[in-house]
Amino acid sequence: MSTDDTTTTTSPALVTLAWLLVGIPLAYGLWQTLVKASALFTG
Amino acid sequence: MSRLDKQAIVAGPGYSRWLIPPAALAVHLSIGQVYAFSVFKNSLVASFDTSLTAIGWVFSIAIVMLGLSAAVLGTWVERSGPRKAMLASALCWGVGFMVGSAGIASGQLWLLYLGYGVIGGIGLGIGYISPVSTLIKWFPDRPGLATGMAIMGFGGGALIASPLSNKLMALYDPDFVSTEPGAVASGSALAQTFVTLGLIYTVFMLIGAALVRVPPGHGDDSTAEHSPGTNGALVRASQAIRTPQFWFLWVVLFCNVTAGIGILEQAAPMIQDFFRDGSDSSISAAAAGGFVGVLSLANMLGRFVWSSLSDKIGRKPTYVMYLGVGLVLYLLLALFGSSSTVVFVALAVVIISYYGGGFATVPAYLKDLFGTLEVGAIHGRLLTAWAAAGVAGPLIVNGILDRVGEPGNLVAADYRPALLTMVGVLAVGFLSNLMIKPVAETHFDDDAHAANEDRISIRQEAVR
Repeated sequence: MSTDDTTTTTSPALVTLAWLLVGIPLAYGLWQTLVKASALFTG
Repeated sequence: MSRLDKQAIVAGPGYSRWLIPPAALAVHLSIGQVYAFSVFKNSLVASFDTSLTAIGWVFSIAIVMLGLSAAVLGTWVERSGPRKAMLASALCWGVGFMVGSAGIASGQLWLLYLGYGVIGGIGLGIGYISPVSTLIKWFPDRPGLATGMAIMGFGGGALIASPLSNKLMALYDPDFVSTEPGAVASGSALAQTFVTLGLIYTVFMLIGAALVRVPPGHGDDSTAEHSPGTNGALVRASQAIRTPQFWFLWVVLFCNVTAGIGILEQAAPMIQDFFRDGSDSSISAAAAGGFVGVLSLANMLGRFVWSSLSDKIGRKPTYVMYLGVGLVLYLLLALFGSSSTVVFVALAVVIISYYGGGFATVPAYLKDLFGTLEVGAIHGRLLTAWAAAGVAGPLIVNGILDRVGEPGNLVAADYRPALLTMVGVLAVGFLSNLMIKPVAETHFDDDAHAANEDRISIRQEAVR
């Protein structure tokens, strides 16, 4: 957690990992909500 | 200088700005749990052997504390930087769950108020505003998109927390079946669920704090190059609240939130009542629950879609749409909502997407009006409108509906006065938005403005 004073470019893998970290729980929540919401059209 | 200070988290030249939205999302997805608090209501009522109103206060305290802490601590968040603010938010949010858990385990409701409501609520306020200013600075070209992504997370957090909490309660109390109407989890299961959630959210938010950086040159506000507002404005928070623009926008946010809450508060019984024939509704309880899910999706997606659109069409026209089109849609809902389920759902979906969009677009609107100098602190002060609407919205709707009966036993016409009142609320917001003009130069921070002009000139000279 120190200052980034190098000129190295951020690894695309780190960017992907960070998005997966938030994307997977969000996708889980979206899926669960879609399943619940489908009851409006079937229930 | 500690590792948490703003100066210590200045990004190097190659740092990808696309790491900042996930850092912000890690915080907003966590604190968005507050909108799934209702998942605990039945179990908490049974555990404390108290009324629904007494448990409802936990959520109300948290939202009021969100508004107050964002307003009071906004300047501290701006000066301390996003990492220190995210850490503080993570600790408050995590400790809030732990103290709340102790309250449940010991049967002391006041500890739940103090823990989840007060301490957790402070975490909500700090966490909500912590990444906003940083995102705007990283994405000066697309502030609506950037803040839309983060604030979408606040809507998304509830979508995750609701099923996750049900699964945790079922894990700790095998007799609890969340799909059974009126099912309640034991106090012990509730307490353990709170501890688990507190730990998960703390870790998740700390990852966000570790990832976040401020853009190069933004380690010290006094030497940073700020993006001015559309007319060159750079205004400090203490001065912004003395401008009419701030208060017009306060009214805009207040009206937009109040109107949205009008539907969100009563969504499930409302759709059943709109399609009631005698004592029976053509909408089942499961379908009504599905309608709440559809609205949650609309709320979340509206935050991202409409806020991103505001980068293209401008902030004022976007709010003309939220409030003006919203007003017409509310009117159609009141007059023709009961004509068909498709019409009712379609109108409600767009209205709620505007409700979410109103939250997500407001930081970019503030940036356009006041510049980025202290936009986070100004945003914090503006969120008092949310806290006020969180109290006023349900009071207005419940006050009107109480006169005609209990939601769940009404018909479409009974909702008309409440919906027409919301049309009036939106009309006030619409006019208030039209009153917003660029901020007068007398409110600019002269020193910051002159220094900023110098820095921009020097940079442009260097480019030539």
